[in-house]
Amino acid sequence: MLEDLFKNVTKRFNGNENQETKPVNNNKIPDDLLFKCPRCRNVIFKEDYMAVNKVCPACNYHGRLTAQERISITVDKGSFRPFDPDMVSKNPINFPDYEQKQKALRESTGLKDAIVTGEALIRGIPVVIGVMDTRYMMASMGSVVGEKITRAIERAAENKMPVILFTASGGARMQEGIISLMQMAKTSGAVAKLGEAGQLYITVLTDPTTGGVTASFASLGDIVIAEPKALVGFAGRRVIEGTIKQRLPDDFQLAEFLIEKGFVDMIVERKKMRSVLSHIMKLHGYKKREDR
Amino acid sequence: MNELSAWERQLLIREKDRPTVNDYIPLIFDEFYELHGDRLYGDDAAILGGIARLDDIPVTVIAEVKGRDLNENKKTNFAMPHPEGYRKALRLAKQAEKFHRPVICFIDTPGAFCGIEAEERGQGEAIAKNLMEFMRLRTGIVSVVLGEGGSGGALALGVCDRLAMLSNALYSVISPRGCASILWKNAEREHEACDILQITAEDMIRLGVAEEIIDEPNGSAKHDVYKTGENIKEFLVKTLREIFKKDIDILLEERYTKFRKIGEFSEG
Repeated sequence: MLEDLFKNVTKRFNGNENQETKPVNNNKIPDDLLFKCPRCRNVIFKEDYMAVNKVCPACNYHGRLTAQERISITVDKGSFRPFDPDMVSKNPINFPDYEQKQKALRESTGLKDAIVTGEALIRGIPVVIGVMDTRYMMASMGSVVGEKITRAIERAAENKMPVILFTASGGARMQEGIISLMQMAKTSGAVAKLGEAGQLYITVLTDPTTGGVTASFASLGDIVIAEPKALVGFAGRRVIEGTIKQRLPDDFQLAEFLIEKGFVDMIVERKKMRSVLSHIMKLHGYKKREDR
Repeated sequence: MNELSAWERQLLIREKDRPTVNDYIPLIFDEFYELHGDRLYGDDAAILGGIARLDDIPVTVIAEVKGRDLNENKKTNFAMPHPEGYRKALRLAKQAEKFHRPVICFIDTPGAFCGIEAEERGQGEAIAKNLMEFMRLRTGIVSVVLGEGGSGGALALGVCDRLAMLSNALYSVISPRGCASILWKNAEREHEACDILQITAEDMIRLGVAEEIIDEPNGSAKHDVYKTGENIKEFLVKTLREIFKKDIDILLEERYTKFRKIGEFSEG
């Protein structure tokens, strides 16, 4: 019954789904030209979706950005300097097909692993930044993600800089076995060091942030920001539905649910992110490079 | 030398008569007093906490509790903690720090509980906080995996100075069943996943995750729970005496380094 209620609400907000998709089908537009919002199921041209930095115009769902896209809309033009750009993981437990899978992903995405870290300016303020990219094995955390985050945070602690991590992840990387689990402890330990160095740590939870990443560095921000309608949780939705044998409400584990439960400080829209981040850094005493 | 395969051990540690922490506590400690609650929400019976004496050393004990029958398991939720369980663990760890008592953790869980309430109360945040706070806790921490070391739910009590595994205990990032269902879309192939994942005590030593294997007499702890308890106690006493010799700042640096160096990658 509850489900039906949500269905009606969704319908009311988005108009009749069929009506919107029908003309599209009639015109035989190939699927890769279209974006279907995973939250409201609204379908729009991918071009239009890209033009608004992947935000659904119907429901304000903030879609997944590549690391490159995120960096380009977040930091001052030309200011990004990557850390450890050539780091690649080994196959510590000889997991079947792990190397091949990575090779294929490296070619198709141009990434070396699921995170890009580096130093940049945001409105002139120097910051250490890390961005996860879900195209690479659902941005799961293995040795490279763990090591790059740890190094980035350690550098910030040493150089007295703030850290901003844009998180997105399916969790720990199964293919690296227990080594991947230990990255949770390692990264959380680094966050503790940053705290001891008195430096600001901001996490921006983006769609989707789950599993071992939620249960480590993502949840430990001095300030935890989430993007609208980002999925954030520990257990996967299907796992919980399997346990309780019920369908979960549509808004379960979304950013708006998290803020209501008290686990997120603020929900910030993409178009305001740069401004909010720079203001928060200023409030913590960080200054523009030329003013220092 | 343990000849059993990972899968055989998995079957063995799931046996109903495998001893639990409740069997071991009276064999290892004197004057155990259970302490309840996280002071924030409630008391989670999946995690047992208390203070006790180990030989002549006052210690804080934190343990995941498997039930020995269905009733006990209902109470302890099959050792799958909720956030309040992890927060109780952190409260007691902080208390131990205040009174300069070492913390002894017993790990035995299929994993942190996956449910609506667990999400609403911040399962991820609770585990994350433990990882960070245990890393910098200014007192010694020793953990022992008694049976199942299930993912983040185990690691939440696993950030420590020394980790020991009972000889049949397993420690894994994902349940072999979960791994099989992702990898082959077939949970029934869990025995294959078990052998791929490298989750035995010997694997943990080789991968730098554990320091010690505690012998289970005659191939399984259930064959001689007294001797197993004695072996655990011997390990704990020996290890605590070692830890006590170290300056706390050095101990903390070594704890950080133990986890810091885990990871296999190459550059350029």
